[in-house]
Amino acid sequence: MSADSTAGGQQHPLGIYLKIWILLFVLSAFSYMVDYLEFQGYLRWTLILIFMFLKAGFIVAIFMHVMWERMALILTILGPPMVLLFFIGFMAIEGDYTFFARVDFFGADPNAVPNPVVHEAAH
Amino acid sequence: MSENVASGIAAPRPGLPGLVDDWSSDKQTYHVPWGKAMMWIFLVSDTFIFSCFLIGYMTVRMSTAEPWPLPSEVFALSFFGSEPIPLILIAIMTFILITSSGTMALAVNYGYRKDKRMAAILMLVTAAFGASFVGMQVFEWSKLIAEGVRPWGNPWGAPQFGSVFFMVTGFHGLHVTAGVIYLCIVARKVIRGDYDKKGYEIVEITGLYWHFVDLVWVFIFAFFYLW
Repeated sequence: MSADSTAGGQQHPLGIYLKIWILLFVLSAFSYMVDYLEFQGYLRWTLILIFMFLKAGFIVAIFMHVMWERMALILTILGPPMVLLFFIGFMAIEGDYTFFARVDFFGADPNAVPNPVVHEAAH
Repeated sequence: MSENVASGIAAPRPGLPGLVDDWSSDKQTYHVPWGKAMMWIFLVSDTFIFSCFLIGYMTVRMSTAEPWPLPSEVFALSFFGSEPIPLILIAIMTFILITSSGTMALAVNYGYRKDKRMAAILMLVTAAFGASFVGMQVFEWSKLIAEGVRPWGNPWGAPQFGSVFFMVTGFHGLHVTAGVIYLCIVARKVIRGDYDKKGYEIVEITGLYWHFVDLVWVFIFAFFYLW
């Protein structure tokens, strides 16, 4: 823990902000490239999640100074949202069940493709 | 107040022992300005709101048997008659928001150095980036509305696409708009010298809100636009 964080304020060298800033730019470029290079399937989803969590982690840890806070505040911030993992799990099971009910009992076509998107030429 | 975290201990201990000290000292638990603690509590509750939106989005997207429109094509844009570039406006908006997060971090830094002029200027630059982000979002909304996207349907596939899009990006845009106003108000008070005696924690607190807005966009970008 740095000495100044005990005073309530967070003061750190400018360099670390600039480094993280550049890193966030690079990570954003990477996540955009996932779409631009048309990666599909598990590779796409894995890369999206890796870049997302890295970006979110750096923003929270450095820009929001959480890594320099005292443990009592860190756990108050990061602890409660952990229950969301259960929520995500429950709703994923529920969504899956609804989908298969619609396919199995209501005759929905699971392999339907969306209509092509046609944009106006001049805008 | 940090010198009396726990009885008999001069300096607060870091890490888990510090957690025990902070909670068992029968005194103030969080050794931060109250404004900062309250901002964090607000942000944690806001986390739950956005999480509910995104989890709701996950549920409708998993459960709909109708095909989900391809965001890569829906949000493609052509410049000067070029081939449509996938997601280009969203990518630009992402970069703008990250840039604004960087200028905000610098504003916090200059605030603590008591350089109030630089802090205020950087906050106004942050607000300007935020305003341009909202402007692009308005452009995106009007384009999609012109193409027939509604909260109850769209020309391409699952009707839930529109409702999720308008609700999630709308609520995020509302946060950005509020952040721009908040930044302008605090910047004005900083330059006026309102915090000369109180200290510049307020810039950090405003920064927390702004970085949170950027953080939410990271998740929206990943789950709504890229997935």
